[in-house]
Amino acid sequence: MSVNLEHQFRVQDLNARYTEAIDDDRLESWPDFFLPEGKYLINTAENVAHGLPLGFMFATSQAMLRDRIKALRQANIYEAQRYRHVLTAPRLVEDNGGVLLARTSFMVARVMHSGETMLFATGMYEDRIVLNGDKTLFAEKKVILDSRQIDTLLAIPL
Amino acid sequence: MNVVANPRAWPSDSLTRVPYWVYSDQALYDIEMERIFRGDTWSFLCLEAELPRPNMFRTSHLGDMSVVVTRDGEGKVHAFENRCAHRGALLCHKDRGDAKEIACVYHNWTYDLCGKLTGVAFRRGIGGKGGMPPDSHPEEHAPRQLRVETFCGLVFGTLGKNVKPLEEFIGANITPSVRRVMAKPVKLLGGYSQILPSNWKLYMENTKDSYHASLLHMFFTTFRLNRLSQKGGLVVSEGGANHISYSMSADTAGKEYEQAKMRSANEGFALEVPEVIKSVDEFGDGIGLQILSVFPGFVLQQIRNSLAVRRIVPMGTDKTELVWMMFGFEGDTQELHDLRMMQSNLIGPGGFISMEDGAATGFVQRGSRGAASEMSVVEMGGQGIGSEESRVSEAAVRGFWNTYRQLMGV
Repeated sequence: MSVNLEHQFRVQDLNARYTEAIDDDRLESWPDFFLPEGKYLINTAENVAHGLPLGFMFATSQAMLRDRIKALRQANIYEAQRYRHVLTAPRLVEDNGGVLLARTSFMVARVMHSGETMLFATGMYEDRIVLNGDKTLFAEKKVILDSRQIDTLLAIPL
Repeated sequence: MNVVANPRAWPSDSLTRVPYWVYSDQALYDIEMERIFRGDTWSFLCLEAELPRPNMFRTSHLGDMSVVVTRDGEGKVHAFENRCAHRGALLCHKDRGDAKEIACVYHNWTYDLCGKLTGVAFRRGIGGKGGMPPDSHPEEHAPRQLRVETFCGLVFGTLGKNVKPLEEFIGANITPSVRRVMAKPVKLLGGYSQILPSNWKLYMENTKDSYHASLLHMFFTTFRLNRLSQKGGLVVSEGGANHISYSMSADTAGKEYEQAKMRSANEGFALEVPEVIKSVDEFGDGIGLQILSVFPGFVLQQIRNSLAVRRIVPMGTDKTELVWMMFGFEGDTQELHDLRMMQSNLIGPGGFISMEDGAATGFVQRGSRGAASEMSVVEMGGQGIGSEESRVSEAAVRGFWNTYRQLMGV
């Protein structure tokens, strides 16, 4: 299959900007990478393999993503921490012109305020991405974790 | 009461003081595994729904000991130690699967689904040479079989010789609340686990601590999901091992938290999508929240329409795995299913409410590190371990320690 290099680049660029926003603690801009009706969920590969839908986070709109960030900033109690995402190049699974399905592997290190650093999560983004003029946005971002274990808590999105 | 071979003595007869060394002492931890988890208590192993067909297995734990839970060809549930009679290797190294027999991968010794040793590879040797002497009885070292009882679709196991039948162990004032939630055939929705940076006892205390919930968790208080001013209660089983804390959905709209300037009451905080806390009264009794625990390591959760079982797996003095399984019921309407999905955002390590319990128990583990000879103060609601109308009480926490001290002989 011939890959549309422009599409490949736009997916890669979207995920690069998306993870950079999270890693730089610009969480307020995180919902802007999604369509207003964009979906975001985090589940485990084990649940997905068994057809079980319920995982760690489940949002069906950009507004729910804004609520998540607002809660992190104002309501929830957790120790200061940040992430560093490392991504592979995406693979375009489907390309229907305006809608793309892409898979990208990731690893995330979590760095605590104390300096303690651990490999926090590995997995795959399964992204449904809409190309609209010069805009590239997530219609759906499924974060599928390789492991079922989360150390302590999962506050910041992946 | 037996006396523990531990140089540290409990500082007081009162249940209102708990010495901090209980969270960090390795020798004590080893005795806990023996006397509590492998002693006269019932440990939750899994939901029956996790073994939906005959000839299936899944692995679970009795404390830090791995066990195999099976459903045999006739549909009966069994559990046995996950250890080969031969060299002690794990018999099942997968989480779950289908099997008519269990074979150890190391030397192909085989077991039936009750855990009985049924075959020793080349027991009589090959061509008349080698093999095991006729007077050898490896069966004597077979994995220990657990006594198993199921109640409302919950599978429990024990190695205890003197433990009461399961329902009696849970207690007559607790079992109706298990039945209340486990009212219909279970449909699994998803599972995950959370590694807590703390001793297992800190998590069980957290669960039984009805006083903390609305003070730590801003979501509970701000959105009036659970306030100590809401009608509810604390039910403690005889002797204190098991508990229920519940609150009614109906709120008095009181301003007690705001007037007392509690951090968790934040009137300025509102959600754009309040559907995440929208719920229906599916059990028809107005109870919006019910947290139920069974000593030593089981929790049954109803937070609005979010239902889950949680079990603890101790992993050393300062590490605990908390295994969650969320569920609904066969025949749930699409609307109810969608509510459970939405409310999944409240619980687990990423939950608006539950994430904070992972932080809080870790804070105690670290905060008390240099203070082994100091002790915590568990005196809310007095000294007793009885049921109470008020949840501004640590009666269930004291009940935990009463049971713990009896089993441990400290």
